[in-house]
Amino acid sequence: MSERQKKTFVITRFDPDTDEVPKTESYEIEVEPYWKILDAINYIKDEVDPSLSHRWSCRMAVCGSCGMMVNGEPRLTCKDRLSGYGDTIEISPLSNFPVIRDLVVEMDGFMDKFNQVKPWIIRAKELAAEDGPMRQSPEELEEFKQFSMCINCMLCYSACPVVANEPEFLGPAAIALGHRYNIDSRDEGAAERNEVFRGEGTVFSCSYANECSEVCPKNVDPAAAVNQAKFNAVIDWATGLVISRDGKE
Amino acid sequence: MEIESISHDIVIVGGGGAGLRAAIAVAEADPQLSIGMVSKVYPMRSHTVSAEGGAAAVAREDDNFEMHGFDTVKGSDFLGDQDVIQYFVQEAPKELALLEHWGCPWSRNEDGSVATRAFGGMSTKRTWYATDKVGFHMLHSLFQHSMRFEQIVRYDEQFVTKLLVEDGVVRGVASLNIRDGVLRIIRGRAVILATGGAGKIFPFTTNGNIKTGDGMSLAYRAGVPLKDMEFVQYHPTGLPGTGILITEAARGEGGYLRNKDEERFLVERDYGVGTKAELGPRDMISRAIIQEIEAGRGLEGAHGQYMNLDLTHLGEEKIQARIPMVRELSKLYIDVDPVEAPIPIRPVVHYMMGGIDTDIDGATSIRGLYAAGECASVSLNGANRLGSNSLTECLVFGARAGRCAVDFSRGIDEGSDANLRAQAEEEVARIEALRNKRSGNEKISRLREELNTTMESGCGVYREEGSMQASCETIDVIKQRLADVSLQDGSRVFNTELIAAMELANMVDCAEAVARCAVVRKESRGAHTRRDHPHRDDQNFLHHSLAYYEPGSPPRVGTKPVTLGKWEPEERKY
Repeated sequence: MSERQKKTFVITRFDPDTDEVPKTESYEIEVEPYWKILDAINYIKDEVDPSLSHRWSCRMAVCGSCGMMVNGEPRLTCKDRLSGYGDTIEISPLSNFPVIRDLVVEMDGFMDKFNQVKPWIIRAKELAAEDGPMRQSPEELEEFKQFSMCINCMLCYSACPVVANEPEFLGPAAIALGHRYNIDSRDEGAAERNEVFRGEGTVFSCSYANECSEVCPKNVDPAAAVNQAKFNAVIDWATGLVISRDGKE
Repeated sequence: MEIESISHDIVIVGGGGAGLRAAIAVAEADPQLSIGMVSKVYPMRSHTVSAEGGAAAVAREDDNFEMHGFDTVKGSDFLGDQDVIQYFVQEAPKELALLEHWGCPWSRNEDGSVATRAFGGMSTKRTWYATDKVGFHMLHSLFQHSMRFEQIVRYDEQFVTKLLVEDGVVRGVASLNIRDGVLRIIRGRAVILATGGAGKIFPFTTNGNIKTGDGMSLAYRAGVPLKDMEFVQYHPTGLPGTGILITEAARGEGGYLRNKDEERFLVERDYGVGTKAELGPRDMISRAIIQEIEAGRGLEGAHGQYMNLDLTHLGEEKIQARIPMVRELSKLYIDVDPVEAPIPIRPVVHYMMGGIDTDIDGATSIRGLYAAGECASVSLNGANRLGSNSLTECLVFGARAGRCAVDFSRGIDEGSDANLRAQAEEEVARIEALRNKRSGNEKISRLREELNTTMESGCGVYREEGSMQASCETIDVIKQRLADVSLQDGSRVFNTELIAAMELANMVDCAEAVARCAVVRKESRGAHTRRDHPHRDDQNFLHHSLAYYEPGSPPRVGTKPVTLGKWEPEERKY
């Protein structure tokens, strides 16, 4: 069998029932070299301290539950190899979110942002099941596909300097999602979403730090989505202006 | 303190594929109805997200309902109900088209039509796919589409601890908010369970941490039998160690299974799959792998013996275009790039054919209580499910359960407030006692491990009387020991130890139903394979098993007739 190795995990703990402020607790455990960060946290939960609270499920980088700060960087912990770290590893809850307990953050605000961008197909006339599937060429699919790969792990919100200062900022994942529908050939709702994008605290608040795209564990490029969405929202507005002016003349 | 009570017309427990589809069906059936959707995780975390290969529905000119129907009946080893199967195959294309209208990014042919791929046990290409992240895309499309309906009120991260039943009619649920530890009554004139399977009763599974059989246990304890629980599907290709799923689409796209001599053993020897070879049904291929290993043709690895899944002949371009997740998972979790080297795999617990006994409407024996998706056994899958039928099942029967629940809810009153409150107060007392339980010699993680171990040794790919009996006895003891669990976490806020304790109790319920039904079925059919009874016995066992909860003792096991039809049972050979 593989050699086990000792590592120390310094984990941020907070229980609003008993704690005024967060504290840290250290756990020295033996780890397997092939483990991910999540494996170590699960081991601590099962074998050392069952009172530790964290979220996880699929352990295959698709459910998006287990985002945490690892040595100060937002990481998807089921994907993050232990072998890349030193003997002491600091684990804390995702930054830029209120903490509920230990490593669990409040995400209702994040979820509400999705609703704002109307992440569903909008069509003037809805189709019936009997109409069968619409046609979409592989090229049309390719246009939006990468922006449909977001697993809502929230790492990009943790990394975003704008979210840090302006919690109401719509943020990378929600903008990328709205943009994903805007450029889907089956959708006719871009005008509605562009109106949202032209509002306060959305695409024009982005400072182009590009941190979102760098931390994304699924190689989505939300920064590109924000950029394109901004451009489209302006063009859409300018076109509307020209049309309305033409109308008057 | 007064227990808060919230009322909706329809309450749905679970926010995965089946639960979301049911919610949308209710919203579409009557926009005036309010829907409460209770889930222990945010919907996009539901395990539907991990499904990879695709969803089956007739789409091509060379295909028809008759063929999809017969493939499914044969795949089920003739234990699927044929009325259910006929309805399923007819509805399947409509449901997948709806999902397309709702934005699912299905992979496409050059002409813009939806692409389909080959899958195990399917006689033609009828599995719709979105690369190999189909469950992920379906779940997110459903969830995002559901957001347009304001009448769907979500109760995320709330754990249902009990069905509130009065005089044989379900009136709502007792729901513990994980966030603040407060229990509420969520009332509904119909309740739909869509909580997924129970793969976590086994040690080596593709299933996520949340798959603890909660809905199965809720229904079972309320008096609804669990049906066909002995049929547990082993997926042939899981990564050794973690059990992470490598999709059947890898073989659908042309991958080979090889033993240590690099033989394609499914071609070299007769394992009943005929010319289908790697595209045989899952139960047969899992058995073939175990037999190859037992014959000394396995490869030796850190996590025991394994076989190789060889994709190297497919080439990088095809792998990247069709099955990118296979490559991603393989590189990330075992450091193998399938473009260059074969992927080590072994059979892994994947899916429960069994579940809450329902009729074709998703209705259970409790009035107003419905179930759909993996937690239910509507008897589409019988003794063995064909890959890519279950995502479609979530849609077809989620939608039907939703519509039927609406019909039921119109003719029913709200029930007695006092009775529900009394039941909820008992729940509060029970949960408070558990949360504050500091004495006791048992640890959750240890009991879970022992349950896992006994399920694997008694109810694995191959089974026999002695080891199954041993499992039954061990489960009985674990059930006793559950009462002696002590908790270290006394917090009300996001107490995952408390939730894990209740999940463990749910798992034990499911495990006992699996083991007890398995012992009684003295034949081999589909995924239930006994060394001591190696043949199918239609004379004595062409029926469903039902496990009825009995307080303080093992379940009573009964039977229910299979609905046959135009397809007569015949020898299952490919």
